[in-house]
Amino acid sequence: MNLEKVIFAFFSILALTLNFGFFIGELDDPIHHNAYELFAALTVSLIATIMKFGDRAHIGALLLATSLVADLQLITAALVWGYAAHISDSGLTPMAVASIVSMSGGALLANLVSVILLVIESITFRR
Amino acid sequence: MQKVIYLLLRRMRLPLIVLISTYAISIIGMTLIPGMDDQGNPWRMDFFHAIYFVSFLGSTIGFGEIPYPFTDAQRLWTTVIIYAAVVSWLYAIGSILTLIQDQSFRRVLAQSALARKVRRLQEPFHIICGYGDASSWLVRELNDRGMQCVVIDSNQNKVLDLDVEDLAYSVPGLHADATEADALITAGLKLSNCIGVIALTGSDTCNLTIAITSKLLAPELTVICQSDAADTAANMASFGTDHVVDPFEIFGMRFAMMFHSPSMYLVYEWITGVHNAPLSDFRNPPHGNWIMCGYGRFGKAVRKHLAVEGVDTRIIEADLGLTDAPEGAIEGRGTEAGTLLLAGIKGVNGVIAGTDNDTNNLSILITAKTLNPELFTVIRQNHRSNDAIFQAARPDLVMQPGTITAQYIINLILAPLLEDFLKLAHDQDETWANVLVSRVAGVVEDIAPETWAAEISPLNTPAVFDCLIRGEEVRLSHICSDPRDRDVTLPCVPLLIKREDQSVLLPEMNEPLGPSDQILFCGREEARYHLEHNMHDHQALYYSRTGDDRPSGALWRFLTSHVEQKASQ
Repeated sequence: MNLEKVIFAFFSILALTLNFGFFIGELDDPIHHNAYELFAALTVSLIATIMKFGDRAHIGALLLATSLVADLQLITAALVWGYAAHISDSGLTPMAVASIVSMSGGALLANLVSVILLVIESITFRR
Repeated sequence: MQKVIYLLLRRMRLPLIVLISTYAISIIGMTLIPGMDDQGNPWRMDFFHAIYFVSFLGSTIGFGEIPYPFTDAQRLWTTVIIYAAVVSWLYAIGSILTLIQDQSFRRVLAQSALARKVRRLQEPFHIICGYGDASSWLVRELNDRGMQCVVIDSNQNKVLDLDVEDLAYSVPGLHADATEADALITAGLKLSNCIGVIALTGSDTCNLTIAITSKLLAPELTVICQSDAADTAANMASFGTDHVVDPFEIFGMRFAMMFHSPSMYLVYEWITGVHNAPLSDFRNPPHGNWIMCGYGRFGKAVRKHLAVEGVDTRIIEADLGLTDAPEGAIEGRGTEAGTLLLAGIKGVNGVIAGTDNDTNNLSILITAKTLNPELFTVIRQNHRSNDAIFQAARPDLVMQPGTITAQYIINLILAPLLEDFLKLAHDQDETWANVLVSRVAGVVEDIAPETWAAEISPLNTPAVFDCLIRGEEVRLSHICSDPRDRDVTLPCVPLLIKREDQSVLLPEMNEPLGPSDQILFCGREEARYHLEHNMHDHQALYYSRTGDDRPSGALWRFLTSHVEQKASQ
């Protein structure tokens, strides 16, 4: 058992599940989407990205790339949220919620790819 | 560079995770802890404000309580955040500082900086392994002639010496073990503009390894190796090392030439001389009996060549058994009068101080001269740093292995034809050599002549090549005439023309040139420029061939041909 792989798998899957938890629900209904969940998904995703730093294997580079995509989407979602809630006059409208949630949907897809890659890696890992 | 980034990322993993976790926990805490607004209503900080607050708090610790004054619970949590943030920042910054001071990291950094420098080299370059006496000469001489090189040495200080040397072009130096393939590759072994590897590490085994590695990884490169032992030399040659340089053998041959044909020796000295060196005078060594101190590789090589010339040498050697000295050799170092007297110093004509210790050699020289002031003295100088004392001792001939090796290699690189010429010249007699000496002496002034080669090809000498392709005849005299006045011959002597099927030694001036001729010249530097101009420039060549100064502009050419046509009608 490789402790590094276990911890990385833990963070990757946690990022996916948190992301999924935030994403699920009515697309434009703010009640279904919790800010804490988005925050947790973003934090865990960042940690998962950093854990792939310095991995020279090809699959490591792919994992880093997908994690970066997820981070990018989640950060954008968080920025839109901050803008809608505090800066724009109209507040957190259903339209803003919809774009936040669809952003997190994109991140969800990236996280899913990340986990699929992880599964592929562990299948090819013979020892 | 990639390696550096990977190393940096790998080492920064934990510090970054700690930072992110600290911030995440702090932000979550700020949003969970109840606060109170200015009207006294319960209020909770949202993410936007929490991130803003923690960001400026964590990095600068200058904070205001926003947007309303904090409750005590919020203040308690803020205190916790301050300490957590400071500690994790210190940890992260400390990790970066440790990494920068880390030896292995610095080495990787230096290596990637070197690899970048090497990749940026535009011109063809040589890789020189080992930076000792011979290499520093070589680097300087190549640099003076505008040729690039990269140096590898396992001694950090020698690589640093490169930076303080006053060289026209910067020479990238790599601190690494040149016997490792990686080091050679970092130094650019596989780059397309790398043209050769020169192994001068001072150890035959290392040179051999470098030669094998380079020949395996880049078979088309020229590999030049120094070797002091016959068996390693044979081994190097067996897998295609292009040139094996043995300074002792070269010296032995040249020294024997002084006995055999002084004029030939002078020719050798001149045309293989160092860039811009003053012309050397020399005293003819006397035939007869000689004493040789030291019978190592140097002694053996010299004795062998002297024996061919019929010069008898008596050996003084400190360790007779180890060096396998011949019968009649005297045991001793030669630094004390007793041993020299025993060898009959009073009755001999010359002494060779040839041990591998410079101090001993000087001591032998001085003792021998005191005993017999008429002696011809030859001394081996192992380290260039001893120049001053060796000059003060006034020997008749100094043998510096480093200089000999460097000169030989420079000639191999710059004038490959020279070797052909010297081989052919070796078979000629003293009269021939005298003629050559007088011809060369006629064109040079008081500094040694330059030796250079020219090759007739579409790229190097377009003017000559075009004429030959058109079937017009170009003679040596055409390219050797002054472009300003064709009746004046440039101060140079053509030494050799090499064609596919034949070599013409000392060609006459009316020798016609062929389309793939290689010509070796010797003469003054200015002659070289004019010569190259003649071979390059159509106008200049036309002038030197016909004596006509053809108009170069299109309009003027049209007008002249028009006038000529009119005249012919």
